[in-house]
Amino acid sequence: MFTNRIVFNTFKAVRSNVLFCAGESSPIFKRCGHCQATRGPSYSQLQTSDVEWFKRCLGESNVVTDVERLKSFNRDWMKKYQGHSQLLLRPKTTQHVSEVLAYCNERSLPIVPQGGNTGLVGGGVPVFDEIILSTQGMTRILSFEESSGALVAEAGCVLQALDDHVTGHGYIMPLDLGAKGSCCIGGNVSTNAGGLRLLRYGSLHGSVLGLEVVMADGTILDLLKTLRKDNTGYDLKQLFIGAEGTLGVITAVAIQCAPRPASVQSVFLACPSFEAVTKVLGTAKTMLAEILSAAEFLDQHCMRVVEEQLEGVSNPLTDSGTCTAASAAVAAAPGSEGTNKGPACTDSNTTTGCSTSSFASTFDPDNAASSSSSASLQLPPRFYMVIETHGSHEAHDVEKLDAFLEAVMSEGHVLDGCVATSKAQSDSMWHIREVIAEACGRAGSVYKYDVSLPVQVMYQLVEAVQQRLASQLPHRQDILTLGYGHVGDGNLHLNVSVPSGYSQEVQEVLEPFIYEWIQGHSGSISAEHGIGLMKAGALTYSKSLKAIQVMSSIKSMLDPKGIINPYKVVYKQQA
Amino acid sequence: MKILVAVKRVIDYAVPVRVKADKSGVEALLPKMSMNPFCEIALEEAVRLKEKKFVSEILAITLGPAGVQDVLRHALGLGADRALHVVSEQELQPLAVARLLAAVAKRESVGLALLGKQAIDDDSNQTGQMLAALLDWPQATFASKVEIDTSVPSKMRAVVTREVDGGLQTLSMELPAVITADLRLNTPRFVSLPNAIKAKKRQIEQLSPDSLGVEIVPQLRTVEVNAPPLRNAGTRVSNVAELVERLHNEARVL
Repeated sequence: MFTNRIVFNTFKAVRSNVLFCAGESSPIFKRCGHCQATRGPSYSQLQTSDVEWFKRCLGESNVVTDVERLKSFNRDWMKKYQGHSQLLLRPKTTQHVSEVLAYCNERSLPIVPQGGNTGLVGGGVPVFDEIILSTQGMTRILSFEESSGALVAEAGCVLQALDDHVTGHGYIMPLDLGAKGSCCIGGNVSTNAGGLRLLRYGSLHGSVLGLEVVMADGTILDLLKTLRKDNTGYDLKQLFIGAEGTLGVITAVAIQCAPRPASVQSVFLACPSFEAVTKVLGTAKTMLAEILSAAEFLDQHCMRVVEEQLEGVSNPLTDSGTCTAASAAVAAAPGSEGTNKGPACTDSNTTTGCSTSSFASTFDPDNAASSSSSASLQLPPRFYMVIETHGSHEAHDVEKLDAFLEAVMSEGHVLDGCVATSKAQSDSMWHIREVIAEACGRAGSVYKYDVSLPVQVMYQLVEAVQQRLASQLPHRQDILTLGYGHVGDGNLHLNVSVPSGYSQEVQEVLEPFIYEWIQGHSGSISAEHGIGLMKAGALTYSKSLKAIQVMSSIKSMLDPKGIINPYKVVYKQQA
Repeated sequence: MKILVAVKRVIDYAVPVRVKADKSGVEALLPKMSMNPFCEIALEEAVRLKEKKFVSEILAITLGPAGVQDVLRHALGLGADRALHVVSEQELQPLAVARLLAAVAKRESVGLALLGKQAIDDDSNQTGQMLAALLDWPQATFASKVEIDTSVPSKMRAVVTREVDGGLQTLSMELPAVITADLRLNTPRFVSLPNAIKAKKRQIEQLSPDSLGVEIVPQLRTVEVNAPPLRNAGTRVSNVAELVERLHNEARVL
C-alpha cells in the first residue's frame, strides 16, 4: 500500500490498476462500530478498470468518484452512520441498473441502493466501501390512469413531486411523511414506509399494484401491472416491499392513488395525560369513523424542542388563553373566559394525569412542578394531538367533527384545541408534528426508536427510558427523552437527544434495555423505519429464530453472492 | 367605539387554481374555501384593539349568497361580537360592496372600518378606498401598524404606518376612518375550540341590499382571463464566458 502510493505519486500519468485499492489503515478494514461486522472477505475491491467500465456503461457524468462530492451520500440524514464508498453510480434507465448489477455480481462488488437518503436506520448508506447505486437519475413519471388512479413512476421520483402531479388529476398519493420533499418512491416501497395517513389509506403492501425489480444477477423482473386484483401465483412484489433493498433493486413502482378528498379538516388538541390521548383516539375511531385519516400525538417535550430549535414555529394554543376552564366554558354561559395559559392539570405522582373534576381555573402549574422529585427535572407529561379527517362532503364532515369535539371536551379528555380554518393553518399544525425529528437533531445527536406497542402501554416506554437514564446517568441532565408518533397505528417514535453527540455510554444504557422492554410487552422493535444497519442484530427481539432462518434462505436464493446491500436487515457475518 | 370588519369568503389561498377552459375565470382544484387572508389580518387587528380596550364592539360583516356564512362563524370564533350577512345572489363588485358597507357603517354609527387591502380572488384593491370616499372619511391603506391615540378623549385619532413603494409612511387621522390591512400587520391567531363551539350557536343577522337602500348595478365585465406565460426551463452553461454572453444577448440584462 505504501509502495502503491509512491508509484502513484511518481507516475501520475500512468494509470495504475490498483488506484482505488485501499491501504491496510483504511477504515474499510476495521470492524464496523455499529454492528461489529467486518468487510466480507469474498468481496472484491474496486479497481480503476471497474470505474472505466461504469463510465462506458453509464456515461462519465453519471459516475462520481470525487471524495468531497461523495461525502453526503456516504452519510445518513441523522449523521449517525458513516460509510466509505469511493464510487457513486447514477443510472438513468432500468437497463443501466441491470447491466451494472450483472457486472457487480460477476465481479463480487457489493452495492448499496440509495434513493433520497432519508432512511433512519442506516439502511441506505455504505457500511464499508459498497458502491452507492443512486436512483436519483431515474425520475420519470411513466403513466397515470385517470379512471383508476394508478400511477407508474420510476424509483427515483420524489414523493412530493408525485403528489403534486396527481393532484392535478384529482388524486393524492396513499402515503405522506415528513421527508416527502426528499424521499424517493423506490425507497418508500423498499422500506414499506408508513407515514401520516396509513390509518386511512393502508400500508404499501396494499397500495402498491406492481413493481419492476432488478435482481442481483442483473435479471429484470417485470411485475409492473396496474391491476387492482391479480391472483396469479405467488405475489412476488410483496417480497420486495419492505425488503430494504436487500433482495433486489426496485426501479419502477405502480401504485394506487386515492381520490383527493373534497373536505380536509385538521384539529390540534391539548390533552392532560396519555390516558386521555388514548380515550380521544377511541372516541375518534367511533365518532369520526370512516372519515378519520390521521391521529398523531406528541408530548410537551417535543413541543418545547420544536419551539426552541426552529424559528417561526410556535404552539397554536398558547395565544388562546382559554385552556383550563375550557371544559367548563362549553357548558357555561357565553362571556365566561378562562385566564390560564396552557393546559396545566398535572399530578406528579401518577402518569395518568388528573381526573375531570380537578379542572380549576385558578390552578397554578408552577407549584405542581416543585413537587416533582424526578432527578431529570422532567415534569409529568402533557400531550398534544393532531387529528385529520378526509371526506367527500364538507358539511357532513364538519358536523361529525363538531360532535366529536364536543364529546371529548365535555369528557375532559381535551383541555383545549383549535380547528384549522384554512390550509395554511392546517399546514402549520402539521408542520409542528413533522419537524420534531429535525428539531431533535438540532438539539443533539438522536437515538431514535420506532416502536409498535399496544396503545395503552405506549407512553410507559418513554417514562421507563427517562427513569433509566436518570438512574444510570444522573449527571447527564442534558439528555432529552421524548415521545411522539402515529398513535392511531400503535406506533411510537421514541427519541433520545444527546447534546454532546453519539456516545457508547449512552447507547449501552439504552440498548438492549429498550428492545427487551418492547419484547416484554409483545411489541415490535421497528414499526415502520425498518431494520437497516441499526437493528440488524436485534431481529430476534421481534421475530423467531425459525422465521429469521427462512428470511436468510430467501436472501441466499435471490442474492447468492450477497452483493445487494450487505450487512443490513438479515445478515450473517461471512466466515 | 364600534368597529366594522368586512370579511370575504374566497378560494383558500393554498389551493392550486387553473384558468377555466372558456377563459371566463379560474377554477379551484380543491373545493376549499376560507376567509381571505387579509380580512383575517384585519379581524385579528380588531380583536387586538378590543383587547387593548379601544373598541367596545366588533361587527363582522360579509356579503353574498347563503354559503358565505361560515366565514362569519370563523369571525365570531376569533372574537367578533356580532355577525352581519348581507344576502345577495348577484355578483358583488367592489363599488357595490363599498356602497353596502357605507350604508351599514352609517346605520351602526361605526367609528372605524377595518378591511383587508384586497381579496385574493379578484385582487381589486378598491373597496377600502371607495368606502372611504363614499363616507368622506380619511383612509390609510396597506397598514402594517395601527395605533389609536386617545390623548384628546373627544377626538380619537388613528396613527397608521403604511407600506408604500418607497418604504414606510406614517399617517395620523381623526376617527372615524377606513384602514385596510397589509400582510405584516399581524399574525392571526387560531380559533380555539371552546370559541369555535360557542360561535356555532350564535345568531347571524341578515340584511338585504334593498333594506340598506343600495341598488346593485355591475359596472365591470370580465372579458378574458389568461394564465401567465409559462417560465422556460433553466439551462446549464459550460463556463462563465458563455454565461456572460447569454446574459447579454438573450436575457438582455447586461
